[in-house]
Amino acid sequence: MHPILFRLRNLGLYLLAWIPVAGMLVHSLTRPGGLSWTEAIAVTVPLCLVYAFVCLAAWYPCRATPLEKSSFTRLVLTHLTAAVVVSAVWTALARALAIALARHAGFVGLDQRLEKHFSVLWATGVLLWFLSVTFHYVLLAEQAAREAQERALEARILARDAELKALRAQVNPHFLFNCLHSISALTSADAGKAREMCILLADFLRTTLRLGGKETITLDEELALVRSYLAIEKVRFGARVHMEEEVDKGATGLLLPPLLLQPLVENAIRHGIANLPEGGIIRLAAQRNDDKVSITLENSFDPDTPSSLKTGLGLDNIRQRLNARYGTDASIAVRTEGNRFSVKLQLPAQQNGVSA
Amino acid sequence: MSNTGEKQIRAVIVDDEELARQMLREFVLPHKEIEIVAECANGFEAVKAVTELKPDLVFLDIQMPKLNGFEVLELIGTDMAIVFVTAYDEYALRAFDIHAVDYLLKPFSADRFETALQRVKQRLGGKLPPAMELSSSARPPAQYAERIVVRDGTRVHIIPVAKLDYAEAQDDYVGLCTEGKTHLKQQTISSLETALDPAQFVRIHRSYIVNLEKVIKIEPYSKDNHVVVLTNGIQLPVSRSGYARLRALLDQKTKR
Repeated sequence: MHPILFRLRNLGLYLLAWIPVAGMLVHSLTRPGGLSWTEAIAVTVPLCLVYAFVCLAAWYPCRATPLEKSSFTRLVLTHLTAAVVVSAVWTALARALAIALARHAGFVGLDQRLEKHFSVLWATGVLLWFLSVTFHYVLLAEQAAREAQERALEARILARDAELKALRAQVNPHFLFNCLHSISALTSADAGKAREMCILLADFLRTTLRLGGKETITLDEELALVRSYLAIEKVRFGARVHMEEEVDKGATGLLLPPLLLQPLVENAIRHGIANLPEGGIIRLAAQRNDDKVSITLENSFDPDTPSSLKTGLGLDNIRQRLNARYGTDASIAVRTEGNRFSVKLQLPAQQNGVSA
Repeated sequence: MSNTGEKQIRAVIVDDEELARQMLREFVLPHKEIEIVAECANGFEAVKAVTELKPDLVFLDIQMPKLNGFEVLELIGTDMAIVFVTAYDEYALRAFDIHAVDYLLKPFSADRFETALQRVKQRLGGKLPPAMELSSSARPPAQYAERIVVRDGTRVHIIPVAKLDYAEAQDDYVGLCTEGKTHLKQQTISSLETALDPAQFVRIHRSYIVNLEKVIKIEPYSKDNHVVVLTNGIQLPVSRSGYARLRALLDQKTKR
């Protein structure tokens, strides 16, 4: 589609640029021995108006002969032929217009008087056509640049989506291998327990795969995943892990991106509880305040163990995911107070795909 | 399996998970020559047990509460045979491969355990690489120590690097000065230097590393030499090359 013809604002600007062209043409036609002012204006205005639209047609040959891909001869031949022909037609049009006008009183003899100016008109027509060709090449170059930019942006978005998908799907290898080791240890000591652990692990992996593929899940579904994860960790850490849940009834149906809380709970165990020989408490609270839902995860940790201060990658991932999805509507706040570490998430309360 | 001619091996198991300890116990059971003298669930217990009992062999888990496996190693030294046990840690595994250290990857089979044990028996009495070298090659790139562990008898002190004023070389030891106290650790000052963040700690002298955040001023001392004055009033000598390093770092900081 022609970029100027189909945008009213651009078309207005383009026609405005033709006013000085018309002015110059009037000026050259009224030189001594030429036409009177009224005659010149009567001829020039319709001629320029027509030619303004004719010149827009230069877009098609420009597009057909791209500047960097066409040979020099081809470029010159194409545009020169077009210029000569188009301008000749335009001059013929000027003649027809003059003859038509000469029939009216006040313009008698205009056709003869204009005849002397045909060469000037034709030369102007060629020149204007070339100007238009240049203008269209600039326009095409700008369009190409914008398209390239859009493609780059699109590629970036696709790459980010792929990355986010990968972030969602990952199961911590450290966790997986430790689980397998626990199962291996249980096989001789307590075969029943080993089987139970296999089933717990399978449940957890299956749920992770199922939820990870979705766009959004309910808080309830995420909590079920967290509980299935904790059931496994309880086999490994025994009495060291305690979980407290305080979830508002009104919040359980709210939608959130999948695998948002499970990695946080995993962090709380890896960097918090795992470093405490006596174990500790993980507290998960969720409540809804008007159009926001806030979820707080708190755990005890050992202030002497440095890694517990910066849960590092896990938190970064979540921050990125929230940012990509909600922009500034979501926030994540991390706090350490004595031997308590807390992460507070705030996100828009959404239910069944609509903002609630 | 028991072989009366074979030397008795006294072993310590260090792992924070009961199930993992149980697994090692089970694998050790058929070996009458191995006696498990202690089981530890965290790094502190491990350091205490090893210094008191002086075992021949330690099965050492890497991810543990209080002190990790490498920190334990720094404190107990490498006079005994060590078999590392880990679930997944790419940097640690690379370090083990570089230094040809025995390790077991969880979950491991009885066969794999036997192989590791055979290697340990052949090597008993042979030397492991210095603990510092091992722990520094297991650190992820561009990551520096956040704390330093020192042992005083069976007591363990943990010094966050931010609280370290300066370190001073003393023969085979470094003196770590923090909050008015000096803790001695068996380590060379150069290996300590590589473990610390070069943006915060500067080797100002052959024998001194200073924490830049504790420096309040640099004063000329003699024609070629300077001294730094710390927040607690202590003055440390600065060598000529040390002064150049100090200047370069300070210039870099002011530019930022």
